[in-house]
Amino acid sequence: MMNTIDQQLQKATNRRLPKFIITVIVLIIFLWSTSAVQLDNITENGFSIAKNILMGLVQPDTGLLFNLTTGGVLYLLLETMAIAFLGTIVGAVIAIPLAFLSASNIVPKPVAFVVRFLLIIIRTIPAIVYGLMFIRVTGQGPFTGVLTMSLISVGMLSKLYVDVIEELDTSVLESMESIGCTTMEKIRYGILPQLSALFTSIVIYRFDMNLRDAAILGIVGAGGIGAPLIFAMNAYRWPEVGSILIGLIVLILIVEYVSNKVRNKLVNG
Amino acid sequence: MLTKLFPPKTIELPNGKVVIQKRSMTPITILAFIVLIYISVQITDFDLQRLAKRINQFFFILKDMVPPTWEYMPKLWEPLVATIKMSLFGSVLGAIVALPIAMLAASNINRSRWIPAVTKFILSILRTLPTLVVALIATFIFGLGTMAGTVAIFLFTIAYIGKLLYEQIENANMGAYEAMNAMGLTTIQSFRYAIFPQVLPNYLSTSLFCFEGNVRYASILGYVGAGGIGLLLNESLGWRNYANVGMILLMLVCTVFVIETLSEYFRKKLM
Repeated sequence: MMNTIDQQLQKATNRRLPKFIITVIVLIIFLWSTSAVQLDNITENGFSIAKNILMGLVQPDTGLLFNLTTGGVLYLLLETMAIAFLGTIVGAVIAIPLAFLSASNIVPKPVAFVVRFLLIIIRTIPAIVYGLMFIRVTGQGPFTGVLTMSLISVGMLSKLYVDVIEELDTSVLESMESIGCTTMEKIRYGILPQLSALFTSIVIYRFDMNLRDAAILGIVGAGGIGAPLIFAMNAYRWPEVGSILIGLIVLILIVEYVSNKVRNKLVNG
Repeated sequence: MLTKLFPPKTIELPNGKVVIQKRSMTPITILAFIVLIYISVQITDFDLQRLAKRINQFFFILKDMVPPTWEYMPKLWEPLVATIKMSLFGSVLGAIVALPIAMLAASNINRSRWIPAVTKFILSILRTLPTLVVALIATFIFGLGTMAGTVAIFLFTIAYIGKLLYEQIENANMGAYEAMNAMGLTTIQSFRYAIFPQVLPNYLSTSLFCFEGNVRYASILGYVGAGGIGLLLNESLGWRNYANVGMILLMLVCTVFVIETLSEYFRKKLM
């Protein structure tokens, strides 16, 4: 009895060597990267700063947090949300034609490849760089943030759209054609129902991500809560930092929760 | 509540049966959308005219980027390598530390009521903190340089992988785990032999994906002084030396593309 089991076990392919090699390679790369750790640069008062930050977080500036004027945390959060919302919408609309142009089952392969490459470039350039470029165009303010968010969303959304488009069920279209539907009818009743729920779910997910990005875009002056946050940090006003961060964390958690609920409902019906 | 506001339409069929048709929510959703867009436009001073008038500036900048200054390339290798090192070290260490934390957060491994809840709460707060903000705080503590960036990436990786991993663990098949527990193995031993093999492919794949994203993040961390290529990017943008910016972006695009392709290849193999 035991012997047959042992025999079967021995028949299994021996994967020890490849595993060992991969482990060694990962280890070598990891050891190579340890030089990123430089502890000699630690500022002497680092620990007191860390303590101050924590104190600020637990004793936030409640006056700022519940301030209802345009300088208060609540208004800044609203502005951040508006930037992310408008950016997502604009990006979501622009991304649709681009996604169809880069889907290899819709357009010829060369076209799809070129558009896809363009989208990779758009996606790789960090948000902050776009922000800094758009500031030269439209000046500081939330409008710049909207433009930046739109451009980033185009890159990310079209990639996710393409995955959905390439999995389109074409047999529905064939059967519709056989009963004599026109092209418009085919798009309306054959393609739209397949795409709309998934596209909406993707857009909501992206809004969730854009909200986080919009929160840091303020660092370059593109509106939203980032600018006051950085100013407060650079001036070591930790209670202020604490109140802004608490507002941001609560907002992101709420949006994430709602977006998860809505997406679950959209995808699972 | 919504069904009370908009009662479903009842249709009586010729054979006497009553069919209830739910009201479509589409018109209300669209209306709410338009209102939200209008409010957002008001708040953000959205102005298409200004954009149309000034958008050529954007293309001027793009035109300045080509051709990039090739002579600038030798100076870029070192910060680029530093950026990769930063994200690599942060990702690997973060992924390793995320494993025990995910064990603590998984409510099917950890039977206590409080520890999983508290760990999950800490993880979600860590995840919501923007990486750039963490990096800035880290520069106050660890000084300017790659160390601050590494810490920021490390923390983000723990939060990201930790969350996905504990969800995996909670959805894992518990049969073998319970059997091993019943045989007298400790929690850690049975986790190692029953749950860990189940989540391992996904864990590695998530870690690779996270590393991929971290390279992108690491490239901007220099903006707050946390080391890497972002520092030079910020400098060149500040001097409006767009040809240099073009060179940096070109190298970044190439690096990210190579890493993405590699990681995608290995992730496909893992699945």
